[in-house]
Amino acid sequence: MSTTMNVASEKLGMAAPMVRAAAEGMNEPRIAIRNLDFFYGSHRALKSINLEFPARQVTGMIGPSGCGKSTLLRVLNRMYDLYPGQRATGEVMLDGQNIIDPKLDLIHLRSRVGMVFQKPTPFPMSIYDNIAFGVRLHEQLSKSAMDERVEWSLSRAALWDEAKDRLNTSAMGLSGGQQQRLCIARTIAVRPEVILFDEPTSALDPISTLKIEELIDELKDDFTIAIVTHNMQQAARIADQVAFFYVGEMVEVGTATQMFTAPREKRTQEYITGRFG
Amino acid sequence: MSSTTASVTKVRTASAGISGDVIFAAAAKAAGIFVLVLLGAIIVSLLIGGMPAFIAFGPGFLTNADWDPVQQIFGGAVPIYGTLLTSVLALAMAVPLAFGIAFWLTELAPVWLRRPVGTAIELLAAVPSIIYGMWGFFMIVPFMSEYFQPIVIDWLGDIPLIGGLFQGPPFGTGVFTASLLLAVMIIPFVAATMRDVFMTVPAVFKESAYGLGCTTWEVMRAIVLPYTRVSVVGGIMLGLGRALGETMAVTFVIGNTNRIATSLFGPGNTIASLVALEFPESPAGSLKLSALLALGFILFVISFIVLAVSRMLLKPRAN
Amino acid sequence: MSATMAASGAARNTAVAEKLANRRRRSNRTVEALCLAATVIGLAFLAMILGTLLYLGMQGLSLSVFTEATKPPGSHGGLLNAIVGSLIQTTIGTLVGTPIGLLVGTYLAEYAQNSRLGNAVRFVSDVLLSAPSILIGLFVYSVLVRPFGGFSGIAGCVALAVIVIPIVVRTTEDMLRLIPVSLREAAVALGAPKWKMIVLICYRAALDGIATGVLLAVARVAGETAPLLFTSLGNLNWSLDITQPMSSLPVTIYQYAGSAFDDWVQLAWVGALLITFGVLAINVVASVVLRPRQ
Repeated sequence: MSTTMNVASEKLGMAAPMVRAAAEGMNEPRIAIRNLDFFYGSHRALKSINLEFPARQVTGMIGPSGCGKSTLLRVLNRMYDLYPGQRATGEVMLDGQNIIDPKLDLIHLRSRVGMVFQKPTPFPMSIYDNIAFGVRLHEQLSKSAMDERVEWSLSRAALWDEAKDRLNTSAMGLSGGQQQRLCIARTIAVRPEVILFDEPTSALDPISTLKIEELIDELKDDFTIAIVTHNMQQAARIADQVAFFYVGEMVEVGTATQMFTAPREKRTQEYITGRFG
Repeated sequence: MSSTTASVTKVRTASAGISGDVIFAAAAKAAGIFVLVLLGAIIVSLLIGGMPAFIAFGPGFLTNADWDPVQQIFGGAVPIYGTLLTSVLALAMAVPLAFGIAFWLTELAPVWLRRPVGTAIELLAAVPSIIYGMWGFFMIVPFMSEYFQPIVIDWLGDIPLIGGLFQGPPFGTGVFTASLLLAVMIIPFVAATMRDVFMTVPAVFKESAYGLGCTTWEVMRAIVLPYTRVSVVGGIMLGLGRALGETMAVTFVIGNTNRIATSLFGPGNTIASLVALEFPESPAGSLKLSALLALGFILFVISFIVLAVSRMLLKPRAN
Repeated sequence: MSATMAASGAARNTAVAEKLANRRRRSNRTVEALCLAATVIGLAFLAMILGTLLYLGMQGLSLSVFTEATKPPGSHGGLLNAIVGSLIQTTIGTLVGTPIGLLVGTYLAEYAQNSRLGNAVRFVSDVLLSAPSILIGLFVYSVLVRPFGGFSGIAGCVALAVIVIPIVVRTTEDMLRLIPVSLREAAVALGAPKWKMIVLICYRAALDGIATGVLLAVARVAGETAPLLFTSLGNLNWSLDITQPMSSLPVTIYQYAGSAFDDWVQLAWVGALLITFGVLAINVVASVVLRPRQ
C-alpha cells in the first residue's frame, strides 16, 4: 500500500513527506487532513482541523452532539456536495489527491470511500441486487463473477449464512441488525479503500451492535475505517486511534488507550468522565 | 355570600360551556354529513335525470354510436370513447413532462430557482379552463392546421399500421389538439404531486446511494422512484381524473363531431364537451336532456372510480 | 479469497471503470437536459398564454369595458354586467361555501379524526375537490333550476358554493392539524371548553392558512364556466336581480369568443385578460401568505 502511495505522491510532485501519525504503533496515513474548515452557509462548523487516518486501522471520532464529527465524516466522501450552501476549504489528501477539490470526480471518489449510515438503508430490491447494485455502477462482471462478489461481501459482512437461501427475497424483510450488515456488505462489495461509519449501531440492539463491532474489527485488515460514535465504550472497544471533537474543533487525538486513560486536555477528560455531553 | 356567588357563576359558565360544546360539535358533524349527502345528491340527481334515457336505450346506451336528435336515438359510445381517448393521450404527453419538471425541481434546479419556477408551474393550474379553450382555439388550432399536422401527415401518414392515426385533412381541431391542451392543463397537478412525494424519500436513502457513487439520475431511478411508485401512480390518476371531466378547453378545440375518427387528427367529442354544447338545445323534459344527464352520470362514475383509486394510492403519503 | 478480492480500488480494471463512468455521466447529463427541457416547455406554455392575453387583451382594454354593459355587436359595449355578475356570484358562492367548508374541516381535524364517518367525509370531500365541475352544474340544474322555474344568479351562486366547500375543507383540516398539541393543552388547561379552544385559539393560529384556502377557492370559482352554463346561464342585459339569469365573465367570454363578430371576440380577449390576471394575482397573494408556514 505504501509503495503505491509513494509512487502516486512522487508522480504528483509531492515532495513533502507525510507527517507521521499521531502516536506510536500507527500505520502510515491513508487520509491526511490539513487546515480543514467547513461552513454551513456562514456558520463555521469545523475549524482548522488537522487529522490523519492511519491505513488499515480504525479511527474513532467522539464528542458531544453538534461538535462536527459527523460533518467531518461527510467531508471525506463529499456527501455535503448534495446540499447547496455547504462548503469546505483546506486539504483532505487521499493518495495524493485533494478530495475537496471541486473538480474531483465524485463517482470515482465514492467508489473509493464507502459509507455506512446510522439507520440501515436497504434499497427496495432483493438482497442480491442490493449488493450487485453498487458493483454494477463501477464494474462489468460476468454472472459468475458477480455471484462470487456477492458471496464474498456477504461473507465478509457475516451475513452469508443467514442470507444465502433468500438472496432473491426483498432486503426489507431482514431484521434491523441484518439490514445494517447488508449495508456494510453493499459498501465493501464496491471494494473501497476507506469505509466511513456514521454511528452505525445507534439504531440497533446490543447483540446486533456487538456483531457489527466484531465485523469492523475484522474489516480493518483490508480497509481503512473512520467511525463516528456517541458511545465511548464502543470507541474504546474498536478504535485504534481516537479523536475528540468539541464545537467544531478537534481537541485531541491519540491511541484509544491513551485517550481513555490519560487524556491530555481537560475538556477531553471532562467529556469521557461524563461531565458533559 | 361572595363565595356562593362565585360558585354560581362558575357553574353557569361551565354549563354554558358544555352546551356550547354540544352545539358546536353537532354543527361540525352535521356539516360533515352534509358533504356526504351532497355527493349522494349529485349522484342521485344525475341518475334520476338520466333514467328515461337509460330505460329507453338500456345497456346499449353505452355501445351505441348514434346521436340522432331527429329520430330521438341517443347513444353514448362516441363521447365515452372520446373522453377516455383524450384523457389517456393527454396523460401520455403530460406524465413524462411532469416527471421531468418534478425531478428538475426536487434534485436538479439551483435552490434559488426552485420556488419561483415551482410557483410558475402551479400557476399553470390556476389559469381558468375557458382561457385554455380560447387560447387553444385561436393559437394552437391554426398552428396545428398550418404547420404541425401537414408535416406529420406527410411524414407518418403513409407508414403501414400506425399511418392511419395520422391521416385526414389538417383541420387543426380534433382529438389530438384537445389532448395536447388537456396535457398542459394536468401537467401542474401531476408535477406537484410527484414533487411532493419525491420529497418524502428520507435523505439517508438517497445519501446511501450517492455514497456508492450513483449519479442523480441513478438515485432517482433506483431509489426515489421505487420508493414512491405507489404515490406517483396516485398522482397520475389524479391528473387522469382532472382530464376526464375537463369541459371548456376541450369544447373549443375537439371539433364536436359525433363520430369515432380513426385518425388522431380527426374531430370527436367528449362527454363534457357534448353536454356543454348540446345542453342549450335540449328542452327540459326531453329525451335528449335525459341522455345528457345519463352521460353526466357515467362521467361521474368514471371520475369517481379514478379519483377514489388515486386517493387510496396517495393515502400512505398523507399519514 | 479475501486476500485477492479485498485488494483496494487499485486492483480494479480502471479502463473499464472509466468507460462505465463516462457512459453513466453521459446518460445522467442527457436526463438532466431533458428535465430542464420539460421545465422550459412548461414555463413556455405559461408564457405563451399570458403573452397572448396581454397582447390581444390590451388592444381592447379601455375605460368603457368597465363602464358599459354588453351590447349587440357593432355598438362598442363593455363588460360591466359580466364583471359585476362575476363579483356577485363569486362573493355569494364563497360566503355560502366557506362556513360549511370551515365546519367540515373542523369536524375532520378536531372531532372525527380517524373515525369511520370522518374517513368517509374526508374521502368524499377529496373526490368533490377533483370532480368535474360541469357535473356540479348539471346537479344544481336538476335540483334548483328545473324545479324552481328557471335559470338564476342564485343557482349560479349555489353551484360555485359547492365547488368552494371541498377546497376550504382541505386547507382548514390541514392547517388545524399543524397546530401543536401544546397550544391546545394550554387553552384547555385554562379551563376553556373545546369549542372556545377551537374558535379562539385554533382558528386564530390557523388564520393565515385558512385565509389562503379561501383565497384559492375564490380564484378557482371566479374562472369557472361550465357550472354556470346550466345555472345562471348568462345575461346580455344589465341585471342585478339574482333571481334572474345573470351574466358572468367566463360565460361571456365563452359566448363572445365563439361568435363571428370581431368586436365581441376582442371583448372576449379583454375579459380573458382580466379574469386570468385577477385569478393569478389571487394565487400569488395566497402563496405568499402561505409561505411562512411551509
